[in-house]
Amino acid sequence: MSHLSSTDTDEAGDAAATDELRTGLVEGLVNELQDGVVASHLLPGRDLWVRVTAEAWDAAGRVGRDVLRCSYFCYLSVIDWLPSPFGRSMDSSVDNILEHVAAKDPEPMTHGVTGGETRFQLLARLYDVERHVGVNFKADVPDDTLTMATWTKHFGGANWHEREAFEMFGITFAGHPSLRKLYLPGDFEGYPLRKDFPLLSRMVRPWPGIVDVEGMPGVADDDGGE
Amino acid sequence: MTAISERQQRAYIASQAADMRVNVELETEGMTLNIGPQHPATHGTLRIIVKLDGEQVVAADPVPGYMHRGYEKLTEVRTFPQVNSLINRIDWLGSFANEVPFILAAEQLMDVEAPPRAQWIRTLLFELSRIANVTLFLGDMAVQLGAVTPVFYAFRDREYVLNLIESATGGRFHPNFDRIGGLKDDLPKGWIAETKQVMVKVNAFCDELETLLVGNEIFNLRTRGIGVIPPEVALSYGLSGANLRSSGVDWDNRRDTPVGLVYDKLDWKVWTHPDGDSFARYWVRLQEVREAAKMVIQLCDGLPPGPIMAKVPRIIKVPAGEAWVATENPLGEMGYYVVSKGDLVPFRVKIRSASFNNISIVPWLLRGVYVPDVITILASLYFILGDIDR
Repeated sequence: MSHLSSTDTDEAGDAAATDELRTGLVEGLVNELQDGVVASHLLPGRDLWVRVTAEAWDAAGRVGRDVLRCSYFCYLSVIDWLPSPFGRSMDSSVDNILEHVAAKDPEPMTHGVTGGETRFQLLARLYDVERHVGVNFKADVPDDTLTMATWTKHFGGANWHEREAFEMFGITFAGHPSLRKLYLPGDFEGYPLRKDFPLLSRMVRPWPGIVDVEGMPGVADDDGGE
Repeated sequence: MTAISERQQRAYIASQAADMRVNVELETEGMTLNIGPQHPATHGTLRIIVKLDGEQVVAADPVPGYMHRGYEKLTEVRTFPQVNSLINRIDWLGSFANEVPFILAAEQLMDVEAPPRAQWIRTLLFELSRIANVTLFLGDMAVQLGAVTPVFYAFRDREYVLNLIESATGGRFHPNFDRIGGLKDDLPKGWIAETKQVMVKVNAFCDELETLLVGNEIFNLRTRGIGVIPPEVALSYGLSGANLRSSGVDWDNRRDTPVGLVYDKLDWKVWTHPDGDSFARYWVRLQEVREAAKMVIQLCDGLPPGPIMAKVPRIIKVPAGEAWVATENPLGEMGYYVVSKGDLVPFRVKIRSASFNNISIVPWLLRGVYVPDVITILASLYFILGDIDR
């Protein structure tokens, strides 16, 4: 029914073994999805990312569950890679919005690990509770349709996560049993977690962030910190 | 005996037939019952629309969002240290535990490691928050089943633990004590001895509840075999923590991936239960409080000396990158997916809270159960509204 925690395992050996498992997971995915796997990124001893094509998203969920045996559905979400059109939130001393200064040229859109081409990327994590190894799945959402296949047929838990992604980012999931708003009232307009959706409290008030990093009285003003 | 006239007999038959028609109509017509938004069983404002056929639930649809505070959006306009005070309020009964995975993710991106003493105190406070959180569940579940006494004991003994957290951090509910690179302060004088005394009380509380409830016939009748979750369904819905372990899945982040915390240096057990019903969920949590108390005593004894803060710059800029860190919080697996672009503020933070997944199983789980069992099942799943709505 239960057993003692492993107190005397070799940590370095464990990490290497887990990395081998992760390499195996990528190979398993490439075998099943062929060209569906666009890129993968392994951070030794930490984590694994795999980016698949939008067409392969549905198959990735199935393969993740049945072939890789990652049957624990952790979460599904979206990243909006568009740099905020309201400038960087940290430039508070010259607050562009309050001063009505024309916005600076937006920074180029950059993507994180495993790269990407589109503005929105799906992000999901599956985990194997027996071998203690997980995969972060990513997929580019086509800019013109903003539609992806649903994972609800593979994981019951995807239902609510996809509803949240739908109301917060405006991504549609084809085949979802009841794609309606989860948190927001039914007549809410806009997609709040998109980078171009303004945060109203931020627009009417200067940002207090920079004040907080002033030195405390009586503390030597070096960059070292305690 | 009085003879019945033919006319009376006919009237009687007609009325019987009319009654039968009414019965037939009542049977086919369902009823919609609104549980919440304000209901003691929802610990906050969760609304559940339940369609009933007689006493049986046909369909259940939870409506969260009455307490949605948009933390994922707000983190994008807060510096990394400021985010800490926001995420304190996700699971408000075990606040310190919310801070740890986020701080660990930021440390991972910055390649900073907290000194050993800070890691031990983090683990110590983490387990204290677990005790403060789950203790309340142990009493509260009984209240929802009609036994009022245990919750008074729960509130009494939780207060001892909250006093400890307060004297160490300054905050009863929202410590905001964890820092990137270590902790805000060291522990106060005399705290260790006091903590050990309180753990004796916590153990006594667990024994008390075991005799009060676990062996109680009514409690067993109300919880055994109610709301059974098979392990494969639990995994597919992403249930975690005690909810998953009570379905027989032997997985605990503390034992299996102890990132940044010192669980691998302690002697403790992960408890599971094969039944997957409401009773199992109660029983597993009861054992977990005992294990936590055991761990706290070991942590007090083995606390290493040394600094509590690593060297970090005063203005914290987190290098560009992505990190996922999850810990075993009182309610289940809580994790943060942090995307940084090398600024003072995170670019995107995905907050994966345990209760969100734990409650998403409700439509599946409530189908076909009786109305009184709805309350039992909701209580045994144990959710905190702030943890669903974020």
